[in-house]
Amino acid sequence: MGASRTTRIVLVLYGLLAIFLLYLPLVSITFASISRARYLTFPIKRYSTDWYARAIESSTVSDIVTTSLKVAVIVTLASMVIGFFGALAFARYQWRYRGLFQKLILLPIFFPQTVLGLALLMWFNSIGVIPSWKTAVIAHLVWIAPIATLIIAIRAYSFDPALEEAARDMGASTGTILREISIPLLMPGVISAGLFAFLLSWGNFPLSLFTTGADSTLPEWLYAKMVSGYSPLVPTVGVLSILASAGIIILALVLAKLLRRRAGTA
Amino acid sequence: MERLHSRLGLFSALPMLVVLGLCFLAPLVVVAAFSVMPRKVFDLAHLPDFSAYLVFFQQGYYKPLFWSLGMALVSTVILFVVCWPLAFGMAKVFRRFTLVLTVAVVVSLFVSENIRLFGWVLTLMKGGLIEGHWRAFTGEGFESPLYKVPIIIFGLVYVYFPFMLFPLAQGIAMVPDDARQAASDLGASKWQILREIDLPLAAPGIVVGSLLSFVLAAGALAESKLLGGQTVIVIADSVETAFTYGQDWPLGSALSMVLILIIGAMAIFGISRVDLDAIIGRKR
Repeated sequence: MGASRTTRIVLVLYGLLAIFLLYLPLVSITFASISRARYLTFPIKRYSTDWYARAIESSTVSDIVTTSLKVAVIVTLASMVIGFFGALAFARYQWRYRGLFQKLILLPIFFPQTVLGLALLMWFNSIGVIPSWKTAVIAHLVWIAPIATLIIAIRAYSFDPALEEAARDMGASTGTILREISIPLLMPGVISAGLFAFLLSWGNFPLSLFTTGADSTLPEWLYAKMVSGYSPLVPTVGVLSILASAGIIILALVLAKLLRRRAGTA
Repeated sequence: MERLHSRLGLFSALPMLVVLGLCFLAPLVVVAAFSVMPRKVFDLAHLPDFSAYLVFFQQGYYKPLFWSLGMALVSTVILFVVCWPLAFGMAKVFRRFTLVLTVAVVVSLFVSENIRLFGWVLTLMKGGLIEGHWRAFTGEGFESPLYKVPIIIFGLVYVYFPFMLFPLAQGIAMVPDDARQAASDLGASKWQILREIDLPLAAPGIVVGSLLSFVLAAGALAESKLLGGQTVIVIADSVETAFTYGQDWPLGSALSMVLILIIGAMAIFGISRVDLDAIIGRKR
């Protein structure tokens, strides 16, 4: 049933409005970050990039960036591995408890993250682990590894089980099948799951809030500054963090394009 | 073959099961244990003591709970109404624009939610992007909408928009075009098609989207803190206060337990009703 031309136009306009509203706050932050004044008011009269220079020189900022980066990189690698196997169990193998496993994976996603962070803090305390950025890795993993699993599962659903069975009939071992068939076929899914994992960990605030102990991640530091009053560094560091995410997305897209071209010519 | 599959299935599920067992289920058990621990003891080897739950009722902690659940409910309903036409467009009407919209929404998710909410503060505050320019243009300012209840609900709708939009679009994509066409040929009105065909057949997407938005909004903290100032105390806020300033772990755990039980019951009920194979892959 084709929608009429007017419906289509109205819906597209509605979609554009949604995109506009999604990004409007980022526009405000960007303008605020290049305002020269200590106390921000719009319209901005004088622009300057001083705050960027200060943010980049600041040793606190480079400390929290390092912490955020460490957490995000480890979470990414771990989620890719856990998610790869998880997706096989989720979508590919017909095993007895598959239905239960599928539902169990969704539970952490359907769970308030702040409360999850607190529960983990109590758990770490009662087993005598002192919270630091390493415990934040665990906290992020509980939420991000299931998401990575779902992303890879979408890919796993679409591959033909006959490929694996044929290989097995011809005498390939489970390890060989994994290396020669499953991993190459699921690779695009694994890579996009890795991208999601990195970006979600980089931007996550509610899970880090209680689990980083004395360390602090970027979103956590920004939150602390926002609650305690305006500082011109907040929009500046916020924009820098957004630019970092954007850079990684663009890098990933370029890499994907290059790989596809190489696969096409080969 | 079957035995091989069940062995491989269990083996591949193992890493995830270890993570979830050690870092999701075990902490929940600990919270439950702490919530019945006598105060100022910090030791689990005692008789259970339910006084923390009594405090929940006596000192009015149900108020933050009601605020959280109420605002979550209102924002879920608003989200459903706001997202339905767009999700319908993504599933049935748009061609290339679906991809544009999907990318735009997903990319916005990667910006930390508190940065985006802070952006709204800068947009809506007195002397912010909107009011400041309006005043410079017309010479007259207006009251900022910040620090009131509606703006917190707006913040919830804004942050959890993707969590309603994508499941809904996925649900509507599962509605066969033939069924809609047949209903229309038989003389059904647009409203009847929506009520009799679209809503029931897209139900899995509706359930997942509504559940996800409600649950996440009920546990949200940053929206009420950043946009709402001190207008409303939400449950996540009282839990945090009980742990940090109050140093009252039993109370904090009891508060968390109440929220966990309500949300857990809803999540398990909703998830058990949905066929994941159908939504994520396979029978599309």
